[in-house]
Amino acid sequence: MTGFAPFLPRLRHALMACALSAVAVCQAVAADTPKPGGTLVIGTTQSPRHLNGAVQSGIATAVPSTQLFASPLRFDDKWNPQPYLAESWKLAEDGKSLTLNLRHNAVFHDGKPITSEDVAFSIMTIKAKHPFQSMLAPVEKVDTPDAYTAVIRMSQPHPAILLAMSPALCPILPKHIYGDGREITTHPANSAGVVGSGPFRFAEFVPGQRIVLTRFDKFFLPGKPYLDKIVITVNPDAQSLALGMERGDIQLLPYESVSTDLKRLQNNPNLTLTRKGYEGVGALNWLAFNLDRKPLSDVRVRHAIASAIDRNFIVKALHSGFSQVADGPIVSSSPFATTDLHRYPYDLKQAEQWLDEAGYKRNAGGERMTLTIDYLPGTDEQQKNVAEYIRTQMKKIGVTVQVRASADFASWAKRISAHDFDMTMDNVFNWGDPVIGVARTYMSTNIKPVVWTNTQSYRNPKVDELLNTAAGTLDATKRRAYYATFQKIVTDDLPIFYINTTPYHTVASKKLSNLPTTIWGPASPLDEVYFK
Amino acid sequence: MDNLLALLRKACHAALLTLAVVVLNFLLIRLAPGDPVETIAGSMGGITDELRAQLRSQYGLDQPLPVQLATYVKHVLHGDLGYSYFFNLPVSGLIAERVPATLLLVLASVAVAFVLGTALGVLASRKPHGPLSQAITVLSMTGHAAPVFWSGMMLVILFASVWPILPVSDMHSMTSDGQGLAAVLDVAWHMVLPTFTLSLVYLAQYSRLSRASMLEVLGSDYIRTARAKGLSEHHVLYHHALRNALLPVVTVLGLQFGNVVAGAILVETVFNWPGLGRLAFDSILRRDYPTVLGVLLFSAIVVVLMNQLTDALYRLIDPRIRA
Repeated sequence: MTGFAPFLPRLRHALMACALSAVAVCQAVAADTPKPGGTLVIGTTQSPRHLNGAVQSGIATAVPSTQLFASPLRFDDKWNPQPYLAESWKLAEDGKSLTLNLRHNAVFHDGKPITSEDVAFSIMTIKAKHPFQSMLAPVEKVDTPDAYTAVIRMSQPHPAILLAMSPALCPILPKHIYGDGREITTHPANSAGVVGSGPFRFAEFVPGQRIVLTRFDKFFLPGKPYLDKIVITVNPDAQSLALGMERGDIQLLPYESVSTDLKRLQNNPNLTLTRKGYEGVGALNWLAFNLDRKPLSDVRVRHAIASAIDRNFIVKALHSGFSQVADGPIVSSSPFATTDLHRYPYDLKQAEQWLDEAGYKRNAGGERMTLTIDYLPGTDEQQKNVAEYIRTQMKKIGVTVQVRASADFASWAKRISAHDFDMTMDNVFNWGDPVIGVARTYMSTNIKPVVWTNTQSYRNPKVDELLNTAAGTLDATKRRAYYATFQKIVTDDLPIFYINTTPYHTVASKKLSNLPTTIWGPASPLDEVYFK
Repeated sequence: MDNLLALLRKACHAALLTLAVVVLNFLLIRLAPGDPVETIAGSMGGITDELRAQLRSQYGLDQPLPVQLATYVKHVLHGDLGYSYFFNLPVSGLIAERVPATLLLVLASVAVAFVLGTALGVLASRKPHGPLSQAITVLSMTGHAAPVFWSGMMLVILFASVWPILPVSDMHSMTSDGQGLAAVLDVAWHMVLPTFTLSLVYLAQYSRLSRASMLEVLGSDYIRTARAKGLSEHHVLYHHALRNALLPVVTVLGLQFGNVVAGAILVETVFNWPGLGRLAFDSILRRDYPTVLGVLLFSAIVVVLMNQLTDALYRLIDPRIRA
């Protein structure tokens, strides 16, 4: 008798799994049955300012915010929208309205129901306060015909609206908390006693140290989340985090990009590594030129510099093969990426010839010109080392490059936002739809004294027009074609020379199942993650 | 009456000094390139012009520097340290949260340095030119000369990869929910390396100081008398000599409190110890002016108070200083 007892709970789980898959609720074909319980410790180097992703972008906030707040939709690993807080949705024929049909059983962490009023409030708040203004720019209002229907009305077709409904970009806030008339960007409920709508509820936020979240029992997806608790521990030192992974103190380390750490963790039999989950953020490591400065204003000079840089060497030697060469402004994993691009194979002779043609002959000392290069401090392998490599390569074609170090991010940002640079290494995210993260770098209307705008001072009316047209084109094939033309032109004009995709990896304990590998990876709800 | 006046004058000096520290810090931090709005933009992956302008005016960064300084000093005089630009939380709260961790680390380090340092000093003074004394001198000098962040990092490397028995980061285990004794032991275990690292520098100083002081005292007449009385060497050393020899060590201990707090900044950064030092360090990187200034002001007040306390104690002990 007793011998059978241990099998009974397992049998019950198996039966439950069968029942669940029978009604097609189970999305993944999991070999194991999800087991509830456990505390997941996530390591991060960045402390979020606060936990409200509606008014603060960036991955430091997105990871906790997507646990605390649910969004209308979520995405799978192939860019397909999936029901989340909205059970179903419909983009109108004219592309000017999106109807969201909300679940009836969804409640906030304080027990109040989540209604269309909250959705309308959240979307209008994000439109007004979120740093990514282009994301919801055409949105005029949100109608609420009944408590569970929200209709987003837009002034023009806006296909990016679907991706803008993602967990990291559209957290649904409780209107009865944040709609109290206080300024939302500094609202106290952003950091203390957060009342969310997602799978995990707020337990503790110690700025610069840790965030503790616990399972929300009344989450609208039955049985989820599986984990009891999530602890996000902040340690500015990436190596300490890697060490924590090895010792088993930390079980999930997202956004890890240092190849020495990756190599070490890869060889650990208790850990797994995955590159999946970073298609959405689409991070590119690149070399930007200041087109307002001579001689970089001459396209031949930019072409020459590009030809003198061997990106295979960068990827293989400097990044130990963990990154991949990037050829265009849109990451290759995006559905909008094209392979029809202008390319610059490594060719020193060609580079010298182009410089000669541009009139920059070597002087008596063998020197053609002097330039400076800046880099983002903090991620040496992606930035500083590449800048140093570029310096030595440029020497080979008679270009003297001086590497300008910045003590910290603020120092670098000051130079770049003041357009006080010749060339700079940079790391910029696509953020899913080109409307959100790509257009900002190339639109001539976005030349601003702010980092991650068009600080290159790149002006091409054709590009402006293509980006504007593509943003409002509903037909997916046509839209892709516009972006393809844009990519071809930009790789020819070359205001930016693309080096590599930032090799973000998620390192996880092998005890974990259902790792976050959708396009938004760790910046999406971890309701399906469980300990084996 | 004279005494009271002198104390009052001292208090006035201390207040003026603190005010000068506030003004100087305010101006110094502005010399760092870049501003908090850039860092916030960095943490957001981009920012709009409107938001940038809004943040600048919200933080008063669009005002001329003298106006900003006047506003800040006015607030400080009213006991208001302001809000952290980065976290939007009151600076006083952020500091209060971190004080216990720093206090624990500093007090433990001072205690270890004092006890161990004097013990080594006394040991060395017994045979001032013997091999043991030489060894202690070499050890002390190395400990004193090595920058605290370097010795910290060496210890991290040693205990992280070569000999992984001690925690090298944080104050608590990440998964522990322990209460009571388990939590205390957990913190104590995490304290070992940072405490040892921070105490290393002062340990060296105290051992040198107590050695010299012991040698001086041991040469005095009353020690000779004690020995002549036939007291045991042990009794002479610990009951007669040590008590007097400790005086200069205690003085230095009081005066050096500020240095220990400064050293804590580096040690906390190396060991990710969640104290004031790390808060200051992170806040400097974020150009979070109010937080940096708050931490500096707090440390300045602590140091000034400690010096005043040492001074006052001296007046009580030694009448010659009362003039």
